[in-house]
Amino acid sequence: MSDQLLAVCERVLALVGTDAEAEVTISAGTETLTRFATSFIHQNVADAARRIHLRVALDGRVSEASANQTDDETLSRLVRSTIDAAALQPVDPGWPGLAPKAPVPPVEHWDEATASAEPSERAERVGAFVAAADGLETAGFCSTDGSEVAFANSAGQRLSGRSTTALLDGIARTGTADGSGRAASAELVDLDGSVVGAEATRRACDAADATDLEPGRYEGVLGPSCVVNILGFLAIYGFNGRAVDEGRSFARVGERQFDAGITLADDVAHPMSVGIGFDAEGTPKRHVELVREGVTTGLSHDRRTAKALGAESTGNAIAGAGPWGALPANLVLEAGSPSPDELVAGVGRGLLVTDFWYTRILDPRTQVVTGLTRNGVWLVEDGRIARPVTNMRFTQSFVEALGPDQVRGVGSDLTLVGGATFGTGAYVVPSLHLASWNFTGGAKG
Amino acid sequence: MFDHAQAAVEAALAAGARYADARVMDRRHESMNARNGEIEGLTQEGSVGLGVRALIGSGWGFFSTSDLTLQAAQAAGAQASAIAGASASVPGRDLELTPVEVCQDHWENPVTEDPLSVPLSEKGDMLVGATRTMVDHGADVALAGYDIWDTTKWLVSSEGHRIDQRIRECGARMDATANGESETQRRSYPGIRGQYGTRGWELVRELELEGNAARIAEEARELLTAPECPSHDATDLIIGSEQMALQIHESVGHAVELDRILGWEAAFAGTSWLDLSQIDELRFGSDLMNVTADATLPGALGSFGYDDEGTPAHPVDIVKDGIWVGVLSGRDSAALAGLPRSGGAVRGDGYNRLPMVRMTNVGLTPGTSSLEEMIAATDDGILVDTNRSWSIDDKRLNFQFGCEIGWEVKNGRLGRMLKNPTYTGIGPRFWGSLDMLGNASEWTFWGTPNCGKGQPGQIGHTGHPSVPCRFRGVRVGVRG
Repeated sequence: MSDQLLAVCERVLALVGTDAEAEVTISAGTETLTRFATSFIHQNVADAARRIHLRVALDGRVSEASANQTDDETLSRLVRSTIDAAALQPVDPGWPGLAPKAPVPPVEHWDEATASAEPSERAERVGAFVAAADGLETAGFCSTDGSEVAFANSAGQRLSGRSTTALLDGIARTGTADGSGRAASAELVDLDGSVVGAEATRRACDAADATDLEPGRYEGVLGPSCVVNILGFLAIYGFNGRAVDEGRSFARVGERQFDAGITLADDVAHPMSVGIGFDAEGTPKRHVELVREGVTTGLSHDRRTAKALGAESTGNAIAGAGPWGALPANLVLEAGSPSPDELVAGVGRGLLVTDFWYTRILDPRTQVVTGLTRNGVWLVEDGRIARPVTNMRFTQSFVEALGPDQVRGVGSDLTLVGGATFGTGAYVVPSLHLASWNFTGGAKG
Repeated sequence: MFDHAQAAVEAALAAGARYADARVMDRRHESMNARNGEIEGLTQEGSVGLGVRALIGSGWGFFSTSDLTLQAAQAAGAQASAIAGASASVPGRDLELTPVEVCQDHWENPVTEDPLSVPLSEKGDMLVGATRTMVDHGADVALAGYDIWDTTKWLVSSEGHRIDQRIRECGARMDATANGESETQRRSYPGIRGQYGTRGWELVRELELEGNAARIAEEARELLTAPECPSHDATDLIIGSEQMALQIHESVGHAVELDRILGWEAAFAGTSWLDLSQIDELRFGSDLMNVTADATLPGALGSFGYDDEGTPAHPVDIVKDGIWVGVLSGRDSAALAGLPRSGGAVRGDGYNRLPMVRMTNVGLTPGTSSLEEMIAATDDGILVDTNRSWSIDDKRLNFQFGCEIGWEVKNGRLGRMLKNPTYTGIGPRFWGSLDMLGNASEWTFWGTPNCGKGQPGQIGHTGHPSVPCRFRGVRVGVRG
């Protein structure tokens, strides 16, 4: 299909001609999701998606537009209206120009079987999840996405890529507690509904009949989905070149801002990652180191933020996210040696947390975020799980929590977690044992 | 387009569905953003396609496509039924639908000035002017932008609905950020999400961005040196109407979504602390609390003629004199809950999203007090406004909200400006402490253009009529 998509890009560029600088992205594929609640499949959806996005610049006057039809009339109208709109715009002093021609490193997170998965295959995994819960009420989803993308610009860049993602994510409910289980991969065959369902069930049962705990500062062992949540905020409000340019970021390259146990990079080529090898501006993605052994070493850039800060684009432009800046979509946090159980064994008195929920930032500079725990929280004393506790609210600076001497352990359980970067990416992360986490309230206020 | 929707419905029925409906939607979205006196981006998006639902047994199958041939529409209908059929391997109780009067109709909201006809240069000048003024008055980062949506949709159902609607929406927003040594402070206007409605460009003109730009930039800078909001376990809290819109959205609107109450959103958006067995009995708040969900309010962002199931817009009482009396529902959820009719609250975000229960215009009925009277009646408290952060648990019970700005209230007068005001509470306890309610002269139809729900994710446009309110004994000043 990529040849067909590139051919559409060429048609659009031909319509633009020499009137303007132009870049075209076309994506096509199928996004499917089988959703279940109260232990039955209640919503089952599929979308044959297609999108054409055009950005043009007339001597620095910029406009962009999109459509989802590829007939001649629509494409002509798309080109004409975008150029006409650009002509009416003032010159954009921040316009960085088009990405130059450059090769894309080999990245192929594609599985044909996943791209063409039938509803019955997703339903089968849902059925296995439900069965594994052995009578507990369940809810969640199984999804398979397959997308092919082509990019072309008038500077000669021509790229194509494709990626599949399969997710299985759900909860089991005892009536007094929920427990979650999830799995993610580029290949649906990797997702075992009975294993994920059993994990959710175990957590729910272990969290049943939870009791309250006094708010306060506690050590914390945070599961991978919590870690993904933390890194998402660091990425958007910290490492993002735009946040740095605007003076709203905590990030200072060259400074030791994190614990020595933290090494973080954006790396779509990681074997566990998903996604394609170039960004929305046609810049090839590469391994972008952000933190090495606690020292902030880099930032993420799109072409605009790179121009503003005298850097190079790191291939982190996200379609439609222009005002937000450059968002890493493939963060990888380097794993450590201890297993999650060994991390727990190292806790004096603290909390083991499965998931975070509804986290919102209070100040991007301090990275103070408020949110709640969800799907299983346990008090740990002297290295052993003492009892389940009810959900708690926290108000915590994410930068401080990962700061120097604050990370007591980095787990070995490297896990792909989807839905990162506020839904646009998927990160590969382990569990973390942190020295201090500020729980400011219980579920009852 | 009716023909395409009809073809999809017929194909779904032929493939085994006992009910089917289809929507063709043609949506245009224009947005422009400016930063520090320069236009940063102009985007014009267009999408058109068809989405068809098929009901078999206990589950919906849904298929959407951007291919607008009759053949593709028929294939989509068949696919929707096949998907619904696959759901039968993990079945529940058969889903029923409450009855709805079948009609054929056209509806569109009135606009005075078509927003897409306003010259781009004029729109750009407005944003450039507002951001330049903010910078001139102390903002380090000054942002402004607008959005316009023009959506036409055609609905056909297997029961005979044939309804087309054109809904035009627009609004604008701006904010000024001041950078301090170790913190940032921001002031937004007219609110963190701007102000949006089912109106034309006249709404944006009424906002007078330029006229408010200097003030918010100066306030952002002033906040950097303002004292921190003190921490109190229990104090009087006066909340401005923009923040009240958020309070209503998060702690009332989502809590009364029937699909949440039934457990259909448990794994993601969550459930609700409300139990259907307690409807008409449970005390949600004080006697002053009256909340309705009303999609007929002219110009409000959550207004329409018919929801995406063909149920005509109509007001629904949610809370009456503090007692919980109603929910936001659709035909299937209402049937399961034993309600006689759908609340008409089902909408999908675009042709390629399954319609689901969304807030319409969920808001407070005004009372009799003015903001001035609330301040005058408060001996020791805090006034807060303009939402900055929001977080609430998965049952919509335990919340913590932060505002951009606050003021001390001492002996009936406004005192010092305060920064980083936050407050926290438990829904019914908080609403039970409502003791003063703003009057009709301060009633604003706030529009929230970014409500997220569903898997795959959808964005909903919701409205929240609200007024300033006073609450007693609230915990404020929660810090990290």
